[in-house]
Amino acid sequence: MAQDASIAGQPAPLEGLSGVAADWSGDKQAFPVHWGKAMMWIFLLSDTFIFTCFLTSYMNVRISTTATWPDPSKVFALHIAGQEIPLLLIAIMTMVLITSSGTMALAVNYGYRRDRAKTMALMLATAALGASFVGMQAFEWTNLIVNEGVRPWGNPMGAAQFGSAFFMITGFHGLHVSAGVVYLCVIARRVWTGFYDRKGSYATVEVTGLYWHFVDLVWVFIFAFFYLW
Amino acid sequence: MNDVAASETVHEQKAHESADQGHTEGQQHPLGIYLWIWALLFVFSTFSYLVDYFQLHGLLRWSLIILFMLVKAGLIVAIFMHMRWERLALKFAILIPPLALLILIGLMAIEGTHTFITRWAAFVR
Repeated sequence: MAQDASIAGQPAPLEGLSGVAADWSGDKQAFPVHWGKAMMWIFLLSDTFIFTCFLTSYMNVRISTTATWPDPSKVFALHIAGQEIPLLLIAIMTMVLITSSGTMALAVNYGYRRDRAKTMALMLATAALGASFVGMQAFEWTNLIVNEGVRPWGNPMGAAQFGSAFFMITGFHGLHVSAGVVYLCVIARRVWTGFYDRKGSYATVEVTGLYWHFVDLVWVFIFAFFYLW
Repeated sequence: MNDVAASETVHEQKAHESADQGHTEGQQHPLGIYLWIWALLFVFSTFSYLVDYFQLHGLLRWSLIILFMLVKAGLIVAIFMHMRWERLALKFAILIPPLALLILIGLMAIEGTHTFITRWAAFVR
């Protein structure tokens, strides 16, 4: 890769720590990547701080409450054929989101191969999986509100903070997934119309992928800390 | 003449290829690696689900949950989000600031414990 870069008549960029110093101190663009990618990473960094603030406040109220915390394994159990299967819906939602991350990774790859049809199809598949995730979340919320009586200010199972933490964290994540579905559809349409062929770059597909993988990444942490803890 | 023209074409092609695969255009990797990571993510998700299914408790449960979570997060960031192949400057700029969050988490854990003890002493005991 480094040798390839020198073909354009410029010396190969330095590697390692001297590379870090050269990239930052040179009077030039700091990150030699597509600008959209650098901006998306910085946005995702700020989003990391927002989600960590939510998860940290959840940790704080869970540590500080003297009431018992509702057992998520039981709260989110599904009753199928008279049997109680713990966290089944959440497990399915996790698998759906991971599947969508896989299709997105392939979409980015086919984008750089200039395969318009496959890129668009995989992006739409990603969007469809994301939409079904939001659908299952709506089902989960309805079940919790209607059948279990969970409210942001209280619930019959224990600590009142359970509801507010749950609705805030999963709601904000669900909002990210919903926005991502719209984002994916917009970019998929542009792929289909040949917008990126005329532009000569499919980097936007990779930037969209970064956002989508981040949504999956956040779910990994929510799954571990909220549902399994 | 022909030789010069030919060599120019080759040169242009090479420059084009490097633009396609270099840092400015984007990341091009074999499909296999994505499929492998995809499969691994499924495996580790199943593992973390099984931690709950078998109702493991105590230190074993927390350490397994954290371990599977970090492995999955690492795979997503490193491979799916291509962080592994980015320049070190970008890696530092994105991955170091979140470490400040560890201090927030630590402080809030201390604060939460203090609030719990105060509440327990005042209302429960």
